Amino acid sequence: MILLKEEKGVQVISARKTKKFLKFAGIPLVIFTIVLIVPFVNGVYYTFTDWDGFEVTKLVGFENYADSFVDPKFWVTLRFTALFVVVSLVLVNVVAFGLALIVTSKLRSKNFLRTFFFVPNLIGGVVLGVIWQFIFNSAIVSLANKYDWEFFKQSWLQDTNKAFWALIIVTVWQSSGYMMIVYITGLVSIENDVLEASQIDGASPLRTLFLIKIPLMAQAFTIALFLTLRSGFMAYDVNVALTDGGPYRTTELISLHIFQDAFLEGDFGTGQSKAVIMFLVVALAALVQVTISKRYEVQR
Amino acid sequence: MNTRARWGKRATFIVGAILAIIYVFPFFLVFVNSIKLKYDILANPLSIPFSITWDNYQQAFTKMNYFRALTNSLVITIFSVSLLIIFSSMLAYYLSRTKSKPSKYIFLILVASMIVPFQALMIPFMARFAPLVSYNNRGALIFFYIGFGTALSTFLYHGFISTIPTEIDEAASIDGASDLVAFWKIIFPMMRPITATVAIINALWIWNDFLLPRLVLDEASQTLPLSTYLFYGQYSVEYGQAMAGLALAVIPIVIFYLILQKQFISGISQGAVK
Repeated sequence: MILLKEEKGVQVISARKTKKFLKFAGIPLVIFTIVLIVPFVNGVYYTFTDWDGFEVTKLVGFENYADSFVDPKFWVTLRFTALFVVVSLVLVNVVAFGLALIVTSKLRSKNFLRTFFFVPNLIGGVVLGVIWQFIFNSAIVSLANKYDWEFFKQSWLQDTNKAFWALIIVTVWQSSGYMMIVYITGLVSIENDVLEASQIDGASPLRTLFLIKIPLMAQAFTIALFLTLRSGFMAYDVNVALTDGGPYRTTELISLHIFQDAFLEGDFGTGQSKAVIMFLVVALAALVQVTISKRYEVQR
Repeated sequence: MNTRARWGKRATFIVGAILAIIYVFPFFLVFVNSIKLKYDILANPLSIPFSITWDNYQQAFTKMNYFRALTNSLVITIFSVSLLIIFSSMLAYYLSRTKSKPSKYIFLILVASMIVPFQALMIPFMARFAPLVSYNNRGALIFFYIGFGTALSTFLYHGFISTIPTEIDEAASIDGASDLVAFWKIIFPMMRPITATVAIINALWIWNDFLLPRLVLDEASQTLPLSTYLFYGQYSVEYGQAMAGLALAVIPIVIFYLILQKQFISGISQGAVK
């Protein structure tokens, strides 16, 4: 009898637990699963089939992946994306860290400056891209013709190499303000007595920066590098608004490339395998970056 | 302060000021040219306007259907962000307070999912959800935003909730409050700072998002970034109007930022460090 009672008690508790789970976690978990998990699993499965956007008739093994790697345009995109990620990662973080140093100095105008640096971040990549399209295609070209600047007479966006730098300029301008905030948080978290001690010991500002500040705020670098790495791989808006992949699909970052493959050319199978490749590359790069950066973090 | 330090300060100020000018210059260019005549823009895009015209704004306002786009952006952002706050705060509370294995795994899956780029599931996503999208595309978009935003928002709330002592929950339940009442009346108000962070981060993302609306929304439901992009594509040779359109797209968020500046900066820094 006692045993029975206990069992009943357990049942009541587990029923109450299930009810609580459904009340608090039910809706968001269902939506999360429908929107994210199902299409993701589906997408991976489709890459091994002859899916045409509507139905699957047979499994094809690694054919879609083989097709992706045979596509010369995909290699152009991969090279372009890798270069873009590396260069933008370095420049965004160098500039952002510099900005953070400026606005955490003893300047009276620092809050004012911070406001300005952050503004490009508020506005979406498409609108920013279009603004810069006007600058590169019209403003600069018209000035170049007026004052005879040979280097700027032809729009930068019509030349693959110069368009690359145009993309970099806009990306650095857009995201450095955001990363600046991350670095500011890191810089202000350093205890004042550590800095005072180094000053008393006669360390120069440069030595203090490299030997004390940077090691003590390594966590901010881990975060900022991770965020820029991710956004570099996923960049789409600025790419569309600035060059839309032109001239002749030579400035397509991977996002835009997948979009064009699937929605303009109707290559769903290869488009999706390229998307899965992109996921693997992003996940691997992020994992490597975080593991390496973590090693430099000082335990406090 | 010695002379060297004073010169250092001056140099920092000069570098900072030059950079600040560079950072806002593109916006200045847009505003200046938006009130110029087409001829003056072509003659010199950098010059100040010789004669001011507001006609560009009038044209852009009607041609890009500004009011409709602004309303769409507002409706989609407000609904998505509010629902995200409600759902993810409850989910985070549940996951953080029940110390069971399933809770731990669910949380791990949520965190891991943040690395998946949208592009990796965009194609099957569109194939699968086409019927839902054609049924009600603004509603569908809000639904998608909840799905994609849940992980980060829950993660942010989760970190904050673990700093609230469980004694508070226990006291509430001894006083006879049901768990929902205890959450909404006692716990949720305590999470104001992190709610502000979640709201700002999601609002900036959803307000400015382009790829997903481009795939999902039909003409009548276009948001501001989408209608700006399409308007610019059509009228880019009408420089003045194109610039007025861009200015109209930029103005609402900049005003919002100037009012809530402190919250923006602290919200972003809290969100990034977690």
